[in-house]
Amino acid sequence: MKGMLKNLYKYRFLLQEIVRKNVKLQYRNSVLGIFWTFLQPLMTTIVLVLVFGNIFGRNLGALVNYPIYLLCGRLLYEFFTQSTKRAMRSITLSASVIKKVYVPKYIYPLSNVMSSFVTFAISLLVLVAFLAYYLIFTDTLLRLTPYILLVFVPLIILLILCIGIGLILSTLEVFFRDIEYLYDVFCMLLFYLTPIFYSVETLKLSKPIAMALMANPLYSIVSMFRSCVLYGEMWNWNWFYYSLGFAVLSVVVGSLLFWRKQDKFILHI
Amino acid sequence: MEKPAVKVDNVSVMFNLNKEQIDNIKEYFIKLLKRQLHFNEFWALQEVSFTIEKGERLGVLGLNGAGKSTLLKVVAGVLKPSMGTVMVDGVIAPLLELGAGFDQNYSGKENIFLYGATMGYSRKYIQEKYDEILDFSELHDFIDVPVKNYSSGMRARLGFSIATAVNPEVLIVDEVLSVGDAKFRKKSEAKIVSMFEKGITVLFVSHNTDQVRRLCNKAILLDKGKVIASGTANEVCDIYDEKVNGRNKSN
Repeated sequence: MKGMLKNLYKYRFLLQEIVRKNVKLQYRNSVLGIFWTFLQPLMTTIVLVLVFGNIFGRNLGALVNYPIYLLCGRLLYEFFTQSTKRAMRSITLSASVIKKVYVPKYIYPLSNVMSSFVTFAISLLVLVAFLAYYLIFTDTLLRLTPYILLVFVPLIILLILCIGIGLILSTLEVFFRDIEYLYDVFCMLLFYLTPIFYSVETLKLSKPIAMALMANPLYSIVSMFRSCVLYGEMWNWNWFYYSLGFAVLSVVVGSLLFWRKQDKFILHI
Repeated sequence: MEKPAVKVDNVSVMFNLNKEQIDNIKEYFIKLLKRQLHFNEFWALQEVSFTIEKGERLGVLGLNGAGKSTLLKVVAGVLKPSMGTVMVDGVIAPLLELGAGFDQNYSGKENIFLYGATMGYSRKYIQEKYDEILDFSELHDFIDVPVKNYSSGMRARLGFSIATAVNPEVLIVDEVLSVGDAKFRKKSEAKIVSMFEKGITVLFVSHNTDQVRRLCNKAILLDKGKVIASGTANEVCDIYDEKVNGRNKSN
């Protein structure tokens, strides 16, 4: 463990450079550049509001403000899928380096999650803009309270979760390339299983189904995030313990898997 | 006594050779059900041992498939040996397939920092070396162009300039002295010779015995993963030449 941290310290420059590279290259070749980071969640939120607004968006007592409710879930879900997908491909995409030079391999999934986190942090500005618009120009039920300052807690738990899942996926990807297609399908399923455009509490689901939906760690993380931003209240501590436990477990499992298999990577990439 | 720069102790490397590489779940399960998961063992290196003292220059000779590249990968730390240990004292610069660490969409300048970081150097340190790298590579006009638009010679020149500018302690050279045009080749050989004079340790792989005689003071000869000869560069080169010529005669 100590050696690992020493190793990470030695290669911190590489981590920095890869994060810098990923963020830079993401915007380099598009005309609108960094504006895509704002446009993409903005447009998808508009689509979702148009599609689901009349079905799920009526219950303002529970949802407070449907566009913001949607945007919260949507941004977090997008970060989760983007970062884990990028981490998954990171080892196979860096094959040319890994085959020639010694570099600690976990740097690749780690840096890809972190560069996605930077993009995600930029995209949060859309949320800020939405909040400002509704608070200033409309009569909304939305209340801004000091709890919004706690918003970094669910985000850090989410980051830990993404690193753990990223380590697991990147290891699997080296041995089984078709995991990519399976994971795409899984992400689609996850979109519907996470309360992004609906709310578990107001759907009047039977207990086992509701419990199953709540077992999704993204449910807890998104709920905590909404407590801070949307409802302006303290979150349910069960969400905190559950999601943090899940995230830490995923990092432990991911690291063990990665460390046990990493010497074999070179034979498969 | 001073610690040796590179100590390779009883190293063996085994590969599982599949008739066809399985890299997806679908095929894995089909083969598992049909009980067709065969693995053939193949020993690329067997009980290889040698030490290189600081400042020594070891040439590695051998025919294709003798295990030279595997040996370099083991020393570079890329491949973990199945048995045995490798100890390296100091910073290694592997001059293997120059420019392998470049990102194609990144400009030459940005790649200098990326490549430097891949070797474990900070941005600040590379910034100090930046002019030296640029001057040696002679790519002033192209440094802000994405590397994907470089010719292979330009890419190799940039890779060589970065890898040699950072003052490594151990240099692994795999036939890279044949990169670029004649002018750059001369320049890069001169650079490597000047690094010899500073007392750098070198592991040099080549088929060219003239080059090995000229640049190395010790050599080993590999055949089918085993060291079959070791000694001074001249002795081993003589054995190698004889072997190659002998083979030609028998054909």
